[in-house]
Amino acid sequence: MLRETIRLALSAIFRNTMRSFLTVLGIVIGVAAVIAMVTVGQGSQQQVTKDIEKLGTNTLMVMPGQGGMRSGGFTSDRAFTRRDAEAIESELSSVRIAAPYSTSMITAIYGSENHLTGLAGADTSLLDAMDWPVRLGRRFTGAEERAGRAVCLIGETVRGKLFGNVDPLGHSIRLKALSCEVIGVLDAKGVSSFGEDQDDLVLLPLRSYQRRIAGNDEVALIYVSVREGVSTDRAAREIQALMRERRRISLGEEDDFSVMDMKQIASILSGITAVLTGLLSSVAAVSLVVGGIGIMNIMLVSVTERTREIGIRLAVGAQAGQVLMQFLVEAIVLSLMGGALGIALGLGLAALAARLLSIPFTPDPLVVLLAVGFSGGVGVIFGYFPARRAARMDPIQALRHE
Amino acid sequence: MSDGAPQIQLRGICRYYGAGETEVRALDDVDLTIRSGEFVAIMGPSGSGKSTAMNVIGCLDTPTAGSYHFEGVEVGDLDQDQRALLRRHYLGFVFQGYNLLARSTALENVELPLIYKGMARDERIARAREALSRVGLADRWHHDPSELSGGQQQRVAIARALAGRPDVLLADEPTGNLDSAKSREIMELLSDLNRQDGLTIVMVTHEEDMAAYAGRLVTFLDGRIASDAPTRRAGG
Repeated sequence: MLRETIRLALSAIFRNTMRSFLTVLGIVIGVAAVIAMVTVGQGSQQQVTKDIEKLGTNTLMVMPGQGGMRSGGFTSDRAFTRRDAEAIESELSSVRIAAPYSTSMITAIYGSENHLTGLAGADTSLLDAMDWPVRLGRRFTGAEERAGRAVCLIGETVRGKLFGNVDPLGHSIRLKALSCEVIGVLDAKGVSSFGEDQDDLVLLPLRSYQRRIAGNDEVALIYVSVREGVSTDRAAREIQALMRERRRISLGEEDDFSVMDMKQIASILSGITAVLTGLLSSVAAVSLVVGGIGIMNIMLVSVTERTREIGIRLAVGAQAGQVLMQFLVEAIVLSLMGGALGIALGLGLAALAARLLSIPFTPDPLVVLLAVGFSGGVGVIFGYFPARRAARMDPIQALRHE
Repeated sequence: MSDGAPQIQLRGICRYYGAGETEVRALDDVDLTIRSGEFVAIMGPSGSGKSTAMNVIGCLDTPTAGSYHFEGVEVGDLDQDQRALLRRHYLGFVFQGYNLLARSTALENVELPLIYKGMARDERIARAREALSRVGLADRWHHDPSELSGGQQQRVAIARALAGRPDVLLADEPTGNLDSAKSREIMELLSDLNRQDGLTIVMVTHEEDMAAYAGRLVTFLDGRIASDAPTRRAGG
């Protein structure tokens, strides 16, 4: 009997394919949205976790102001100097390397090509602190750093944009009025969990940057690599104390700088991702309810249209429960079909998004199962009322229905 | 013909609609006994209660008062589902407007009651084809109702009523939508079913020509039975 009922439901659904498709569109979109959201969300969380591992557990960032992630160049708080970094590195035994650097945006020009990129003024100490090797060419020499020579290292993205297939070594690129020679290409790092292309940068020696680009001797940020075996918390406390002293901040006064643990930042980001995913998924889930109402609407129309059929069925001996089942099964089959389409669409979208955002594509069978259950549930809930209306029909009235 | 056991027994059946001032007495204290193997025609002007009587006999309507025994069972004691079972196993319906499912073949229409009997597909199809050949439509089983003439559609409806092998066939103006030639064909068929297969038939009609095919004529007026007598067919 159930097989007959399902067969009947399928034939009723395909009798009007276009209408059935439009009916389930709400479910399709709802399920697709939930699946895509959750899948992309999980993928990006995995990416963040991977990035945290890459960052290492021993990195601190010292920046002026209390604003957290604000870039050093834009704050009104007192900037650091090279000597602050030197003091952190030499006076604190918990610190392995303290690399001072400044950043800004600049247009790099080579021949007829130009490309807006991030410019960093930093010495090789930053590359050491970040464990960032040079893929091609060489690093700055101590002499070049001290003299503030016009030499630069470029990231993989900048190399691609400006030079294409040309070997960049020995060629000069122009940064504002400064013409500087490319002496090396940095190893490709890819996109960070913050969504930025880490290879889109040009690196100048700090002194060259200060003199020829910024026109001062300020340092925007200090990147600190903590010594192996020392907790980042301890190092952060020591840096805080030292900097308060160096910046003459009296007791009771607030810090005018902050020491941030990169791992903390990343885990905050991961938390934000999780919350966002949950939020967006629940918004998407609302469309499932809307889709369910669409199904209820069409099932009510269908019950009215098929009043005479219901009368005939009752006359030949169908029980009210069997009529109820017939329409309920039809609603369930309809929404499960919508669910299946939605799963396919959602996974497709998630795969596409994963490729575009270069995060891992991680379809979760549990989520798919949940979507199937959810769409089936929508069918039951929103199909019940129309089905009950069908089952409660008076056979005499139904048979007379025009 | 009419010496079988009492199959349908109405005793003091009333069916009122509405209440108070607007109360309509569609059936008012009706006694009627129909024996197994009878062919009864019910006539009467519209509003006389003949259709209501038919619905009560068909267990589609519930009387306000009185008792209805079908093959010895008090129908009034049955709940809705049990009455559905009674229809499923003992009654076959034929309607004026055929009431076939559109966009389903003749065979699928005839199969319908058998599905509710829980019959396996192969047996169902065999039984449905048998019923279709009984009404002379063996070669039309794959046609949709829209591809069949009115007379053929009514034959499909009769086949559907027969497929479940009912004890009683209830026909509500079965020739009401047909021309006289087609009407006679249908009546010949019903007559055949009554005589050869011993099927009890109760038929509502407003055409005396059609009533003449029956063995007994019951006339309704204002919710009561006005006359009840054998027809000429039975008499001569």
